[in-house]
Parts: sequence; C-alpha cells; structure tokens
Amino acid sequence: MATLELRGIKKRFGDFYAVDGVDLMIAEGEFLAILGPSGCGKTTLMRMIAGLEPPSAGEVLIGGVPVTHLPPRARNVSMVFQSYALYPHMSVAENIAFPLKARGMPKSERDTKVKWVVGLMGIEGLVKRKPGRLSGGEKQKVALARSLVRDPSLFIFDEPLSSLDAQVRAMARGELRQLHDRTGVTTVYVTHDQLEALGMGDRVAIMNRGQVRQLGTPQELYDDPADTFVAAFLGSPPMNLIERDNRIIGFRPEYLQPRADGSLAQGALVFKVRIMQLEFLGSEWLIYGVLEDGDGENRLLAKVDQPVASKLRSGESRDFVVERSCLRFFDKTTGLRIAPSAAKLTQ
Amino acid sequence: MKQVQSAIAHAGVSLADRKGVLGTLMLAPALAYIAALVAVPFFLAIGLSVSDATVGDPAIHHFVGLRNFVRVIHESAFHFGLRNSMIVTFATLILILVLATAESELLARDFRGKRLVQILLILPWAMPVSLAAVGWLWLLDSEFSPVDWLLRTAHLLGPGTLFGPANHLYYYGREWVGIGAIIAINVWRLLPFATIIVLAGRTSIPRDIFEQAEIDGAGFFRTLFHITLPALLPILTVAAMFTALLVFGDMTIAALTTRGGPGYTTQLLPYWAYLKGIEGGALSEGAAIALFLFPVLLVGAILALRFAYRTESA
Repeated sequence: MATLELRGIKKRFGDFYAVDGVDLMIAEGEFLAILGPSGCGKTTLMRMIAGLEPPSAGEVLIGGVPVTHLPPRARNVSMVFQSYALYPHMSVAENIAFPLKARGMPKSERDTKVKWVVGLMGIEGLVKRKPGRLSGGEKQKVALARSLVRDPSLFIFDEPLSSLDAQVRAMARGELRQLHDRTGVTTVYVTHDQLEALGMGDRVAIMNRGQVRQLGTPQELYDDPADTFVAAFLGSPPMNLIERDNRIIGFRPEYLQPRADGSLAQGALVFKVRIMQLEFLGSEWLIYGVLEDGDGENRLLAKVDQPVASKLRSGESRDFVVERSCLRFFDKTTGLRIAPSAAKLTQ
Repeated sequence: MKQVQSAIAHAGVSLADRKGVLGTLMLAPALAYIAALVAVPFFLAIGLSVSDATVGDPAIHHFVGLRNFVRVIHESAFHFGLRNSMIVTFATLILILVLATAESELLARDFRGKRLVQILLILPWAMPVSLAAVGWLWLLDSEFSPVDWLLRTAHLLGPGTLFGPANHLYYYGREWVGIGAIIAINVWRLLPFATIIVLAGRTSIPRDIFEQAEIDGAGFFRTLFHITLPALLPILTVAAMFTALLVFGDMTIAALTTRGGPGYTTQLLPYWAYLKGIEGGALSEGAAIALFLFPVLLVGAILALRFAYRTESA
C-alpha cells in the first residue's frame, strides 16, 4: 500500500502527445478511476504508471519514491489486463504462484500464499484447471488472485470488466469494490465505462486529449462539471447544453420537467419545447424535444417519471422548467465553467 | 406465388453448387499429382527393394525377400552412412531449434535496422543451391579457406596452436571436420525456414502475456523458459519435424562437399543410396538403403504431429 504521485507526465509519439502533462496525487488506499473516451491517453498513462512505457517527461512516485526509470518488477505494482493475460499452459494454481516464483519465494511459503488468495477469491474448485477451460468471470477472478497474491503497493486495472457480459459485470463491479475495501490496496482503475468509474471510484479523473479535465468525487463531477466536455461526457443521457446570452447553459435531463400549474419558482428558466419522441426506459421516460424559442435548432432531453410522461404526447408543444439551482454556466469560447455569481440571467 | 416459385426454380443450380462436387473437383489435381509423383515412386521403391533389379535391367522380375536389406547392412559404407545421418540430423536439429528461437526472440522486438537484419537472416534461403555450394566450397577450401586464415590470424591454427600443427584444417579431408562442415552448411541452409515458422508462432502469442510476465517480475530467462517456450512448443515440434526430414533426406551437401570421403567416413545414407543404386547400378540395393529408415521416420512424424495437436487443443 502506498501513495501514487504523477508530476507533469507527458508521452509523445512523433508529434502527437498521447499524454500531455498530467499531475495526480492518489492517497494511500484510495480507489481512483481514470475515465475517458477511447484515445484520450488513459491507457498510455496507466502503462507509464506500471512501468511498461517510459514517459517522455515528468516523474512517477510510488510511496514517495521516484520510480520513473525503474522496470515494472522494481515498482511492486500489479496489473489486471483487459484480456486477463493468463498464462495458457499453466494451471490456475501455477498462474497464481508465478509472481511469487519470480520473486524467489520458497515453495512452502508460496503454497500458503496461494491457498490464502484462492480462499479469498472463492476459486478453490478451479486451481487444477487450465485457463482455456474457465469462463470469463472465472478468468477475471484468477487474474485478480494472481495480482493480489504478492501484496502489491499499487493495483492497476485496465478495463477488467469489459469482456464480461452485462449481468456478470454488474456483480463483478460490486465484488471488485468490496475486494478493494477488504485489502485496502491503492488502486488505479482505467475504464471508458462511466457506470464503473462513478460506481466504484473514491475519486474519478476524467481525461480527454491527454489531459485530466477534472478530478473529483463522482458526485462532484456529476453535479459540477468543470467544463462542457465533462458535462457532455458524464451521465446517460448527458447534460443539456444550450447557448444563451453568449454563454452556455447546462442542466441535467432529470431537472427539465414539464411546467406544472401554479406559480413559477424564483429564477426558474422556462423553455418552449416541441416533443419529438418519448422513449420508455423502465423506471422513467426519456423525452426528445426541440427548443422552439431561441436561436437555431437546439435539441433537449428530459427525463420524467411515468405519471408525468402519461400526460405528454409526441408532436405537441409544452413549457418545460428548470430550477435556478440546477443551472450550470460555461464560457462560450473556452467551455470552462463560470461561477454562478458571475452569470446573471436575463429573463 | 407462381412467379416466386418459378424464380426459385430458375435460379440456376449448376453442378458446382452441389455439395461435395466442387470440393472433389478442386482436390483432384493435387491428388493426381501426389499419386503420380509420391505414391507411385514410393511403392516402386518398395517393389525394387525386394527384387533383383539393376539399372541395366530395371524390371521387377524376381522376388528375393529381404536379401538386399541383409546385404546392404553388412557394408561399412552403410554403417558410416547410418551413423553420420543420425549425427548430422540430430546436431542440425538441436542447433536449428536453439538458433531459430534466438532469432525469433530478436525479430519479435523492435530495434534500429530490423529490416536489414530480417533480410540478412532470410538471404540463405533465397540463395540458389549452386551459388551456395560455390560459396561454401571456397569458404572451406583446403588451401584458400578464409576461415583458416582467420583462425591463423587469431593464433588458433598452425604449428604449436590449438588446432595445429598443420596450417590448414582440410575440411573435406578429415572425418569429423567434414561432418562438422556438413552440419554447419545444413544449419545455414535451413535456419531461415525454421526461423520463419518459429517467428510466426512467437508473434501469435498475445503481447499482454509478456507484459504480464514483466509486471509479475519475471526476467528475460524466466520469461523465455516459463512463458515463451511452453507457448512455442507445438510450433517448435513442427519446425523440428520439417528440419529433420529435410536434413535426413538431403544428399546434395554431401555430394558437393566431402563426397562421403575420406573413405566412407563422412558418408550419408541418401547419398550412399544414390551412389549404390544409380551410380553403382544396383538399383534394388539402393532402394533398400533409401527405405531403411522409412518406418522410423514415419513413426517419428506421426508422434510429433500427434503431440503438436494435443498441446494445441489442451
């Protein structure tokens, strides 16, 4: 267990910066998720933390010790690959014992360790099997056991759930997080799936174009996105972004509701929306609409409950309302967040 | 409705669309070729080996049982041939497997000048046999060998040195130096082929596995012996089999270099079969020599293939 610190990490491939100046400080025992679209540099960043790739500039410190130029084995990091990378010709037990063997641990000690981790993961029944005869979920558990067995200072996960089917994945998310809480190993979890990042991370770093756009708790990111990229990336469906008075106004679809009878709350924003389509999501409905007043054609999304949706019809025009406190303002050119006080609304 | 039915009926089901027909048609030329150029000579050789045919009278008239086999195995040339064929095959095999693995490890990595190295390593394969023979004859010439010159310069050859006292090694004039030369040429000739086979296997191992081993703390040799080689085992078996068959059946190198001499000490079985059966005219005895190791080779090939399949499917 250790802290992880990144200072001004850069990685250049030719003229292209895959990672362009990342500073991060991850506390001991923290679960940090790195989230971003594909090609955002998150995998390259992770490989530099693991030591599989040397950074072009910057420093990596694990537990306060500079490890920038050390090979993976000197960093005591363990990693679970997307493919699980199990050694195909070794049994499950041999796979798990491999990192211990590489470290020159005597056999008796090795056996105790393997037994412990196999029990922890609940895979006692699989130890004699070869990886070729395991299901996706079982492979994932074996890969976890192998990375856990040697008491790593740092855990790195590279989209470890993306090759599981949806049902197994939801279970595995919970199990992974519980495992982290039990072992307390500092964890870096790289993913492009926001459900995983928001659901598991103590904090989440959102990356785009080689840079961390925002770092914070899942709640902070969701409620207060730092820029329009984060606002449009996070949440499904993402935040509505509308240009008004030389600013961009953002609000989440669940805060856009049809105007109820009676008086309007102070400062609430009203939109005249033509409803294009209603989509059933199970617990709620998603309303696809087009803004009727305002310049240009702005599309809007609203998430409403069943009783509200039953009164709406496709094709009709309606007033929709957003509370003042639910509005977020962004600069039109930079896309960066503007403090609410500076953003006075003209009604 | 009528229209649809007639459209289906007239869609034109030709002969080639019928199941089984097209496959048979496309396989036929290959089968005919194998039958004419492999199966017929093979059975002919079996027939010849139990007859008294000669080059002058190649017809199979009389059945003589295993007389030819008994006769050939009593000759010292055959003993040398058998011994040398085994030694040359085995030594070439070991060297090729080690070197091909080393070359594939090298070529699986990225480095400056990789293209050039690739071309150089493949070059022996692209070389015409005659040109290669000229090169090797000169390289191992009894008078003008540059290898001798290098050894002399390094004070390893000549009076009072390790390989002395003569100033030349006389590669094709001494039993073990001659066998060594044959092995060296075989290795040089077959290494590119084996390397390509092994490299294909090496590059098909997912890169994740090697990075995982790196993360798990395995060094170069642990990765090589515990990860790479076990994964390469099936493909190494295939490379070994091809190499062994190509070396064992080859007579050109012996014919171009030592010619089996001095005496019969560097004789090889296929070359001896040729000398005896074609040059010497004893067709039936030549066939017997050529067929001598067929059962051994067949069993070896079957075992190797079964082993390769088993490790593949496990």
